[in-house]
Amino acid sequence: MNLPEQGTTRRPRALVIDDSRAVRSIIRQILADLSFEVHEAEDGQQALAKIDELGGVDLATVDWNMPVMNGLQFVEALRTKPEHAGTCLVMVTTETDMDYVRRALEAGADEFVMKPFTRDVILDKLNIAGSGA
Amino acid sequence: MPIDSSEFAILQGLVSKHAAIVLDTGKEYLAESRLTPVARTAGCASVAELLRRVHDDPRSPLVGRVVEAMTTNETSFFRDMHPFEALRTTIIPELMRARANERSLNLWCAAASSGQEPYTVAMTLLEHFPQLQQWKLRFVASDIAPAMLARCREGRYSQLEVNRGLPAKYLVKYFDKAGAEWQLKPHVRSMIEFVEVNLARPFPAWPQMDIVFMRNVLIYFSLETKRDILRRVRKQMRPDGWFFLGGSESTLNVDDKWTRVQLDKTSVYRPVP
Ligand SMILES: C[S@@+](CC[C@H](N)C(=O)[O-])C[C@H]1O[C@@H](n2cnc3c(N)ncnc32)[C@H](O)[C@@H]1O
Ligand SMILES: [Mg+2]
Repeated sequence: MNLPEQGTTRRPRALVIDDSRAVRSIIRQILADLSFEVHEAEDGQQALAKIDELGGVDLATVDWNMPVMNGLQFVEALRTKPEHAGTCLVMVTTETDMDYVRRALEAGADEFVMKPFTRDVILDKLNIAGSGA
Repeated sequence: MPIDSSEFAILQGLVSKHAAIVLDTGKEYLAESRLTPVARTAGCASVAELLRRVHDDPRSPLVGRVVEAMTTNETSFFRDMHPFEALRTTIIPELMRARANERSLNLWCAAASSGQEPYTVAMTLLEHFPQLQQWKLRFVASDIAPAMLARCREGRYSQLEVNRGLPAKYLVKYFDKAGAEWQLKPHVRSMIEFVEVNLARPFPAWPQMDIVFMRNVLIYFSLETKRDILRRVRKQMRPDGWFFLGGSESTLNVDDKWTRVQLDKTSVYRPVP
């Protein structure tokens, strides 16, 4: 995806979806440093509501295992809405089986990050997502 | 006991002689951190003792291990991204037009480290230019360090390594899960021939190359060594070939017989006729 540029008028919005407050705050910090306006949600259902409330986000990082609605269900649900087709969806999860990566991509996720991750991992993934590689 | 200046001088001499690497004074801490594990496995009480041992016995197999431990192997899949964009959007299509009759391409990835760079090129070819599978492809990747070449041939990467820069769709398509690690599928590994090459010495008898990657290795050499290598690379290339350096490297003021071409966000070099 296109990372924010200095001095642009509207800051791109990111939504961090994870049931762990600690993980949310780590990802929030990384994205805030990249000039995103960052919002948070604790599960998939909250995330869908938040996206409606905001009228859309440019990027969402999505945990897999969460109560109420998990990350895969969230990705499937969001991808049924054509108005959010442009949202970049990055799974960020402890799941590391090939099958999980495949299912996430099939559901419409753009990228997959396995926990634990570093700032550079997130940065590289955002750069590569949608680069045409 | 930290190493003293005479022991550090032994090390400077070794890496210069065997790998042409310039190790600046002041990098003693680097020697300590990188050689401590080597000293331990060799049964030496300290790095200082290890260095005195290789000094007294220049033919010891420890020499190679010391030199290898002093190389920097930092790399990642799609490092800097833009060079691979240039390959995909411009260079490969152009070369495929230019070589349409002979249908052959020669690629060399020098200083391959643990293999992420040559495999990034290989996956880019498979993903975007499936027609090349009907071409005669000679793809060599080299490094000075035998341990790195062994890793290249295995093509096995940790979770942390595949997390860095590798698009998830490539992971699914070109890798198998191997325990907690990820291994490139056999058909990707078999595209590349891995060869030990010290860039400061004559290159093997290879055909002339269409594409050469030599990224993030010249920085370790003296100006004289850089100049000599760039001259020999020029002779190793087809006249319309393409040459990649690392983001902080340039041919400028080293060897002026190159034209720098800006392809979107990356610089590529071509030999001056
Ligand atoms: C920082 S890595 C570069 C890896 C990759 N090209 C990249 O840009 O990501 C540098 C590599 O150069 C190798 N090297 C150091 N001295 C060398 C020499 N004299 N000849 C060949 N390779 C050398 C090291 O073993 C190491 O793997
Ligand atoms: Mg969770």
